Amino acid sequence: MAGFDNKPLRFVLQAFNYTVFMALIWYFATSPSINIIADDQAVITIAFSHAGQLREPCRRLSQEELNKLPPNMRKLDDCQRERSPVTIEALLDDQPFYSAALPPPGLFGDGGVDVFHKAKVPAGEHRLSLKMNDSVRIEGFNHQLEQQVTIDHAQILLVGFEANRGFVLSGGEK
Amino acid sequence: MIVNPVKRVYLALESWFNLSFGTEWNPLYHLGTLSFFLFWVILISGIYLFIPFHGSVAGAHASVEYMTHEQWYAAGIMRSLHRYASDAVVITVLLHMFKEFASGRYRGFRWFSWVTGVPNLWMLVTLGITGYWLVWDELAQYIAVGSAQLMDALPIFSGAMTRNFVSGGMTDRFFILIEFLHLLGQPLILVFMLWLHVTRLSNVNINPPRGLAMGTFFALLALSLYQPALSHAPASLDRVPLELHIDWFYLNVYPLLEIWPAQQVWILTTSVTLLLMALPWLLPKKDGAKAVVDLEHCNGCGLCFEDCPFDAITVQARTDGARYEHEVVVNPSLCGACGICAGSCPASNPFRSARETLKTGIDMPQLPVDEMRRLVRETVAAMPGDIKILVFGCEHGLNVDRLEREGTRGLRLICSGMLPPTLVEYALKLGADGVMVTGCRQNDCFYRFGNSWTRLRFAGERKPSLRTRAERERIRIHGAADPDLRSIEADLAEFRQHLLELNRAAASGATGTE
Repeated sequence: MAGFDNKPLRFVLQAFNYTVFMALIWYFATSPSINIIADDQAVITIAFSHAGQLREPCRRLSQEELNKLPPNMRKLDDCQRERSPVTIEALLDDQPFYSAALPPPGLFGDGGVDVFHKAKVPAGEHRLSLKMNDSVRIEGFNHQLEQQVTIDHAQILLVGFEANRGFVLSGGEK
Repeated sequence: MIVNPVKRVYLALESWFNLSFGTEWNPLYHLGTLSFFLFWVILISGIYLFIPFHGSVAGAHASVEYMTHEQWYAAGIMRSLHRYASDAVVITVLLHMFKEFASGRYRGFRWFSWVTGVPNLWMLVTLGITGYWLVWDELAQYIAVGSAQLMDALPIFSGAMTRNFVSGGMTDRFFILIEFLHLLGQPLILVFMLWLHVTRLSNVNINPPRGLAMGTFFALLALSLYQPALSHAPASLDRVPLELHIDWFYLNVYPLLEIWPAQQVWILTTSVTLLLMALPWLLPKKDGAKAVVDLEHCNGCGLCFEDCPFDAITVQARTDGARYEHEVVVNPSLCGACGICAGSCPASNPFRSARETLKTGIDMPQLPVDEMRRLVRETVAAMPGDIKILVFGCEHGLNVDRLEREGTRGLRLICSGMLPPTLVEYALKLGADGVMVTGCRQNDCFYRFGNSWTRLRFAGERKPSLRTRAERERIRIHGAADPDLRSIEADLAEFRQHLLELNRAAASGATGTE
């Protein structure tokens, strides 16, 4: 099937086709737009990496045991590699918004745990409670933080953890 | 009769574009080459943009803003061309896939091109994603966090990627890695994948008709001037972007992350990809018998090698001790069983050995040239009417049985390209008043070049060509698909009238002319 013999009409049709093509590109290159956060919401992101404590305590070797070892391998302590899971609980105004028990990764269960959780919460002032247990040898939570925070609309409050400082908050007003 | 509704939609679209652009410029016939052309636009504009672009977290956004607003007349237009050509290529690639699927050109011997084509789409999408990343605005931030979430859902990263973005921020080192991926790594992989995609084709053309290329370019330029590409506000990792104008051609997966876990997004995208790749086996169609070489009648001229659309024929040194230098060999796994090679073989001459079986150098077991000659002979002999028109058709164009009436008979070939020009002369010599050759719509041959080679052979521009002494005014070519019945019937009626006048003129001793 050939096109019209009428050249001007063909050019008009071609112009129409190009216009439709460009209109498609123009529209879908930017539209429809999306809103990923509602007008009254903020975000709390819990993101850190932490290795749980060793599952078994290290055992001090006796002199006899040390003597049996080659001189270059005489470490005073014998430590198993496996680590404890990390259990975490996060509450906002006493309402839990995240809780997880994360097993240590790795073939021998000796890796650090990567924690990542993003929660959309109402913007404003809240009481934030963070609890973590990183040892099977301790009952309950051995790391805790309870703090009053103010988070603006669309603001991200970042919860981190450092072994020597415990929970660390950044962003938002504390 | 069309039973495939997807094909019906495609043919309607094709008819519309044929009306607007003609068969030479119909964009649906040049989707692959149009995509290549758009890649050139992207490449050249990209190289231009790379010069003023500042490849660091702190400088990227400002440099893009400078290009967009301060230098809108040069770098700004280049940026818009870069973006819109990238969007256009997604459309042409998707249409290309749709066309190949609708017309059944994805299975059988074509499985390789289909399977290697599907990942190209994803490669293209990831190339676009890293491009958006480089602007380092709120949209880039959204992509960065979303991509990290997707990566983290894989067992390799397990949470480390996203944590980096939210707690450590974006580092220059990582930014340069993305820059390297976008500028060099991904394009090189894409070029390799494109090569793989077309490796089973011969006579690969990567340039669209000049008119179509110019039309597309000026349309993109007009859009770039009317609606320049803009950025969002600079990225700020301590705030969630409020309103995002996302490019749905490239970033359509990311909004899913707001409603689904990343694992589910992976399952969806992987399933769709695997499903697409498996289509040749989920909806299989067996290829016809492959071409067979008869060395006794092959002189190694190589015409079949030149005409084969699928690179299935190779020429090698003679192995049978005959006096010729070369012979041809068919690779059955590449052969499309179209028969174009049989049509190109000079030995497929029906005037040879009229009383014996006609043997040719390369032939199709399901419809040998000898069988074609027998069918022509019997059909012409049995045809009633004052004006006898023999219509050769193909398996993928209009069904020529629908044209049958008094004085008109159809013969279906595998492809119109398997018709040796001498067979048309043979039909005329046997008493046919005229021969019409139909087949797929012009420039849309199911076997790529069947109808193009036929036209060139009949015009004397490609070997084996129709001899000069053949009565060309009694031969007509009209490519047609099933919906074109009315137009081909009208042409047939006009052809009949023309033949009638020729016969009258011949009877009165005058020379018949158009």
